[in-house]
Amino acid sequence: MKTEQEKEQTIIMSGNYAAAWGAKCSKVKVVSAYPITPQTTVVEKLSEFVDNKELDANYIRVESEHSVMAALVGSSMTGARSFSATSGQGLLYMTEMLHWVSSSRLPIVTTIASRGIAPPWNIWADYTDILSIRDCGWIIQFASTHQEIFDSILMAYKIAENSEINLPYFIVYGGFIQSHTSKPVRIPPQKLIDDFLPQPPKDGWGHINLDPDKPITHGNLVMPEQEYLDFRFLMQDAMIKSKETIKKTINGFNTKFGRNYNGLVEEYCCEDADVVVIAYGALAEQNKIAVDQMRAKGCKAGSLKLRYIRPFPTEELLELFNGKVEVIGVVDRGTAFGNPTGGPISTEVMSLLFRAKRKVKALPCIWGIGGRNVTVDDQVGLYEKLLRIKNKNEYPTDETCQHGTVWMGLKIGV
Amino acid sequence: MVSLKELIKQESTKPELFLAGSSACAGCSSVLALRWALKALGKRTVIVSPACCANVYIGLWPKTSPAVPYINMAFAAGASAAAGVVAGYEALGKKDINVLTWAGDGGTVDIGIQALSGAIERNTNFIYACYDNEGYMNTGTQRSSSTPKYTVTTTTPLGKHMHKKDVAQIIAAHDIPYVATCLATDPVDVYNTFMEAKAVHGPKYIHILSPCAPGWRFDVSDTVKMGNLAVESGFFLLWKQVDGRMEIKGKSLKALDKEKRVPVKDYFKPQGRFRKLTEEQISEMQDWVDRRCDRMARRLQSEADL
Amino acid sequence: MEKSNNQPAISTGYSSWRELPHIPVSIPCKGSIGETGKWRTFRPVLDAEACIKCGICYLYCPDGVILYQDDAVPEIDYTYCKGCGICVTVCPKKALEMVQEQQ
Repeated sequence: MKTEQEKEQTIIMSGNYAAAWGAKCSKVKVVSAYPITPQTTVVEKLSEFVDNKELDANYIRVESEHSVMAALVGSSMTGARSFSATSGQGLLYMTEMLHWVSSSRLPIVTTIASRGIAPPWNIWADYTDILSIRDCGWIIQFASTHQEIFDSILMAYKIAENSEINLPYFIVYGGFIQSHTSKPVRIPPQKLIDDFLPQPPKDGWGHINLDPDKPITHGNLVMPEQEYLDFRFLMQDAMIKSKETIKKTINGFNTKFGRNYNGLVEEYCCEDADVVVIAYGALAEQNKIAVDQMRAKGCKAGSLKLRYIRPFPTEELLELFNGKVEVIGVVDRGTAFGNPTGGPISTEVMSLLFRAKRKVKALPCIWGIGGRNVTVDDQVGLYEKLLRIKNKNEYPTDETCQHGTVWMGLKIGV
Repeated sequence: MVSLKELIKQESTKPELFLAGSSACAGCSSVLALRWALKALGKRTVIVSPACCANVYIGLWPKTSPAVPYINMAFAAGASAAAGVVAGYEALGKKDINVLTWAGDGGTVDIGIQALSGAIERNTNFIYACYDNEGYMNTGTQRSSSTPKYTVTTTTPLGKHMHKKDVAQIIAAHDIPYVATCLATDPVDVYNTFMEAKAVHGPKYIHILSPCAPGWRFDVSDTVKMGNLAVESGFFLLWKQVDGRMEIKGKSLKALDKEKRVPVKDYFKPQGRFRKLTEEQISEMQDWVDRRCDRMARRLQSEADL
Repeated sequence: MEKSNNQPAISTGYSSWRELPHIPVSIPCKGSIGETGKWRTFRPVLDAEACIKCGICYLYCPDGVILYQDDAVPEIDYTYCKGCGICVTVCPKKALEMVQEQQ
């Protein structure tokens, strides 16, 4: 007979519950959160875990998201593993504290059920929330399945708490469809999880510890001629170094639990592809079906899912560009008004094209924002657009293509 | 409660916990208060300090003046970050550490009031101390909602139009176990207040009036005198509310008696920030003080009658 | 510099970013901004004859630069005394006075 600790369970749960289960199985010590649609069921489930003593943690039910992240700065500085979850407006409201966390190099993990930014109110999938704060010094990973949400939290703490890295970590998934629909999630035996993710050191993180026996002050004024610049460089350096740690952790996870998350990107049929769509989140997962349909028609289509945008998978993308691909489509489910493409990630992906050894054509797209539905047929349509560029050098000319970017579903009259 | 003599005898042989040679202005009463607050709390104390003069007067990296752990914190986050420290220690089973938020009036009455209200409502076991120098002194004397009416500041060049927000009463309305006002320029008061607060479990709030020579425009050597005048004139009342029961502190007793109350104009006169007050405005401020003192006296009477 | 044994040492003048810790933390010591005695234009001078050794000046000194032991005449640490003059105004015996610093 196996004990509870040694048994694997498969539970049907929502994406949000998968996040709560991830925090529970990571044995977090402090949770702080403020309810916001569509994250609410994460914090409800965690409250239940804490109140039922299934999770031995201190839950601070604060009065705002700014206080959420401030509280976690405090708790993480004591050396306690700390967790939160938020979305949309809440994420934007905690922006100041996000910098406080990363610049203090605190290994806090937070899940985001992304939603559209108001006004007007919108509570459906749209990554403009996380994309608006993409340069705060947090690792940013997208999770496109329920299982991936759960698994990612275990890996996130392992990566963030690595003393070479010590950067905070966001796990992002789409609001409502992914946060609220239910799917089976495999919960490994707790013993195995504890082996993979031991508790943090008792005397706190190496670089900061609030110990009255060893008093230090954190954060006082640094003058321009002092090393402010150098400390900022260290953050970029840690971000770049984290790529290796991420890959190693993914491999270690695969060895232990038998689920492989590839790396910073997940390629699908990219090897011989001459048209590739680059996307992130659940849209990228769905895109695989469009690839299958294109392949059935004899088209060499591929799909590349960005699992991480911070650190940015520069090397992986360059490898793609230096291979056989001729045309890429880059799909943003989010906006960056006034930047070269209107989409934050397409701008970044396309900025790498000038480093590629060959000429690769690109079509930036803004799709599915504010929860607008994107069907497989739509995705097949994008591949057809890419093929016209490849075969005839014909870029889309209809009115949904504005300022060089396809705004899929833009209403243009009959 | 220790007396002045006892306090001097007892503390003079002990090491300072706020070390000399900080970047505070000469004669800073906030530093004087912090020095005695730390003597009361002892070295097993962690300070969380949102943006305020203290963020600067502790000194430049890589040196610091507080000899206890000290976190510089974002302006709005003094109470919430402290709540996180408390939660972290609790979760890790560390129980004997005092957590103190050391904030200015801007970080308390303006930008930080939400986090403060939240932290005390959640029954956080910490001390929140606001050293009130009645304006944004660190950024060059701008008005805060703790600035008294008619005060000249760099953002109210003709004088402020509104009265000072009585944040200690707002906190008292949360019905927390310990709320007190005290005077930065009276080390015995500061010490005893923090000793009392330390012994209470749950949220404690201490509002410290901190005369500020550069911001209030008076001669710095008169800092102690200015604090005393604030109390003797009844402009600032020293009280504590322990488990819901209001008590007036001895030093403010005289001010409740109209006969013994020092006229408010004696308090205003040495301060450049009140230089633009007309006779009518002074008399309006005197009425305001009188009303507040009377209200306090009536409240004390009604509580005594209960 | 006051430093107890279990405190990390204060490091200054890093020659390479490779030597830096993750984040800047500061170590408690006297003179976090330097020798603040240099700020003074007037210095408090104590008349030991007039002093009754009550310790009131020690109590009120914001910077804690008046060293006082029971029954002894207080000593002023001029390395850090900023010359605010509070000690002069609180002395019950007027045993302290402010004297202009010599250039």
